[in-house]
Amino acid sequence: MTDRAELVQNAAGRMVPTMVNGKPQIPYLGVAKYQPRGRKAAPPVRSSKDYPDNGDKRVADLETALRKCGLRDGMVISSHHHLRDGDQVALMMLEAAAKIGVKDLLWFPSASFPSQKSAIELMQSGVIHHIEGSMNGPLGDYCTQGKMRGLGVLRSHGGRWQAIQDGEVHIDIAVIAAPTADAFGNADGSHGKSACGSLGFALADSIYADNVIVVTDNLVPFPCIPWQIQGNNVDHVVEVDSIGDPAKIVSGTTQITRSPDRLRVAEYVARFLRDAGIMRNGFSFQAGAGGIALAFVDYLRRMMKEDGVKARFVRGGSTRYLVELLQEGLTDYILDGQTFDLDAVKSIAVNPRHVPTSPFTSYNYHGKGSFASMVDAVVLGATEVDVNFNGNVVTHSDGRLLHGIGGWQNCLQAGCTILAVPSFRDRIPVIVDEVTTLTGPGELIDVVVTERGIAINPRRQDLLDAVKASSLPIRPIQDIKAEVESICGGKPVRPKLGERPVAIVKWVDGTVLDTVWQVG
Amino acid sequence: MMTDSAEKSAGTGEAGQCGRGVRSDVHVAIEARDSGGLEITMQSRVAPYYGDAILAQARQVFEVLGIKHARVEIRDEGALPFVISARIETAARRAGLGLGRKASPEKIALPEASPRDRLRRSRLYLPGSEPKYFINAALHGPDAIILDLEDSVHHAEKDAARILVRNTLRAVDFAKCERMVRINQLPMGLEDLAEVVPESPDLVLLPKAELPEQIAETDRMIGELRGRYGITRPIWLMPILESALGIENASAIAQASKNVVALTVGLEDYTADLGVAKTAEGRESLYARSRLVNAARALGVQAIDSVFGDVGDMDGLRRWAESSRALGFEGMGCIHPGQIPVIHEAFAPSAAEIEKALKIVAAFDEAQQHGLGVVSLGSKMIDPPVVQRAQKLVDLAKRMGKA
Repeated sequence: MTDRAELVQNAAGRMVPTMVNGKPQIPYLGVAKYQPRGRKAAPPVRSSKDYPDNGDKRVADLETALRKCGLRDGMVISSHHHLRDGDQVALMMLEAAAKIGVKDLLWFPSASFPSQKSAIELMQSGVIHHIEGSMNGPLGDYCTQGKMRGLGVLRSHGGRWQAIQDGEVHIDIAVIAAPTADAFGNADGSHGKSACGSLGFALADSIYADNVIVVTDNLVPFPCIPWQIQGNNVDHVVEVDSIGDPAKIVSGTTQITRSPDRLRVAEYVARFLRDAGIMRNGFSFQAGAGGIALAFVDYLRRMMKEDGVKARFVRGGSTRYLVELLQEGLTDYILDGQTFDLDAVKSIAVNPRHVPTSPFTSYNYHGKGSFASMVDAVVLGATEVDVNFNGNVVTHSDGRLLHGIGGWQNCLQAGCTILAVPSFRDRIPVIVDEVTTLTGPGELIDVVVTERGIAINPRRQDLLDAVKASSLPIRPIQDIKAEVESICGGKPVRPKLGERPVAIVKWVDGTVLDTVWQVG
Repeated sequence: MMTDSAEKSAGTGEAGQCGRGVRSDVHVAIEARDSGGLEITMQSRVAPYYGDAILAQARQVFEVLGIKHARVEIRDEGALPFVISARIETAARRAGLGLGRKASPEKIALPEASPRDRLRRSRLYLPGSEPKYFINAALHGPDAIILDLEDSVHHAEKDAARILVRNTLRAVDFAKCERMVRINQLPMGLEDLAEVVPESPDLVLLPKAELPEQIAETDRMIGELRGRYGITRPIWLMPILESALGIENASAIAQASKNVVALTVGLEDYTADLGVAKTAEGRESLYARSRLVNAARALGVQAIDSVFGDVGDMDGLRRWAESSRALGFEGMGCIHPGQIPVIHEAFAPSAAEIEKALKIVAAFDEAQQHGLGVVSLGSKMIDPPVVQRAQKLVDLAKRMGKA
């Protein structure tokens, strides 16, 4: 079933297919080179007369809702990952579809998780044709081994919004897991036993899908306040006992790394922001929930206090550490895309300065601007970065799918993009000659911080100048790479990748940045 | 010298760790045989990248050890090359193979020799059998690292740790850190010396030092090995006093060799010897520590304090280190990299102290220029010892980058 389409070399020098899952593709043209035209996609016209006057859109169960939406073979159905590995709704949806007996669905999750590995059986039985969304763990292996019928399509959070908005992906039915909802379909993630914080990943689907189903385990009388998903976009509401496993939805408390080496990386990142003059009154930054990123926030917080500096806003993935900044008045706002731990979920429920956002506001290529490019600094991870500062986050160095792109690509638009990485993991160097899978172009990656030194992209002479007087170990990236290779006993052998594409990596504008090849 | 484990099962030997949670180590099992060549099987979490390199290295190590026939099983968790060599050599020795031969890794350039009176504010303990801590230890900026062969190494692993530490001294770049090794008590410590002294450690810590004769014997052994291996750079000694007797003999111990550069104290053992509880305030060891400081000062060697055991309690560490400096100690041990900056801060002179000392030194210089015998600052006359102390403090502050 894989397209026998030809491969072309894109502007990054990567070989990419011109046809994917029956759709023609535009090879990556370079950063900010692709100029899309035309009109945005839109859902069909609906009339309020067709919906109950009393606003009660409840139906008996998810299967009934899917039937009412006219589920049939080959449709695109979507789900979201705001419940993370605790989500039960996506599988509930896929199993209901299997029960109805449809085939060849395109499952379009905002991300898939290891707990959804039984989707493999649904691919084997033909219910699911293929997945377009991040895949890791068992699903990632299934795809990388070339067992999926279609090609995987990996998009960033912003890229998913772009694909929905310009019609590249048309969602027939969106199923939205809601920690709280009313019978009209207004829904929110800040309250309820399955509270998860922001529902931003589902927002595009709620606006652009032909049919929208809200599934909740906490039905409240109208109105559900606040609402992030607007009931006016919702067709059906399904009440269930449980939408997810709370223990896996949010971690109790996210933990700072205890590894002294990683703490060193985190401290360097914070000191870099201070010494480069980025940490100043009114600045902004974004950091994820990884161990290094959390520790970085803790170091930065101490430096902000020492220097009497306040941020205007910080972007989440929010955690207890961002919440503490907010509570201590070290930032005016948290603009939150994803809410990782219990403290953050509590904060978003009660603190009006902790604001849920979506990939539309933050990351979308078809928006009239996006928050991501207004952020002064972002701290990200990577599996590999090469001497030209290109980054890889989607595959292991051996080419197997490792994780999704998430907001990573979108965040590269920040004023200063920092990759905070150990210089090697288990003898495997992180800095390489050429990344296995290109996920982020080097011209957007400004600084690589490792425990052995900090490399600044030569394209950023301004940053090089800014830290001239700093005591930080600023070193050429080649220099750090050479040191690590001498520690690790030479360059690692480059893995042999197959010749058959199993997935593509989209750039934020919808063009094809790279190909994931069959392995094993 | 055969180890216990080798004696138990002659012909087979294993070394190193593997399994979940193990990082940067490798488990090697060797079965001696009379024919059939080398049969090596390997599993590695880095196999796609370094699998061939690991096999090639293993074959080379066997060649150096003169082992032609053996069945070998390697389970690698991302060990670096110097660890792989050490584990193979250890497993071979335990199998009774390759005895008397060493499979040492390539030697990197030695750092500058260590001056007698260098800064020794912090020394980071690294368990000699845990290779994952070695490679990045220097990044945390301690004045010294200690490759420990004593208490952090299980009795059954002494032989393995010795070989690993030897390879570490050859292959790991500890940057500006002084490279220390804590050996075992004598006589086992002599075996440690035989393995590590050829790799020029900068300093040897001798635990449970009680009698000057122990220092003299250690020094004699080091001297003999230095001669045999043509080592010209100094190898200093730091005896650890860990008993009432050791404390009583502090000055004799400090004088037992001209290579003694510092005395330090082990408070866990000392309080056990006294039969008292070790407290956070340390009142029970005040006499011992003060006596050690006094003896060290009297003999012109450094007085270095024990470690602070609670790695989570940075405030407690700061208090301990500050009081330690006030008693006259010049540094202490660390068991976690996070303790290093706190200790360096605590042992550094304060800004006010430095400012005052700079003024005194300036006044002295001015008096010298004008040929005055009496130094005065404002309305106060400054005695020569005060000038000396101020000069010392300014020098120290400069070395710490504070002045």
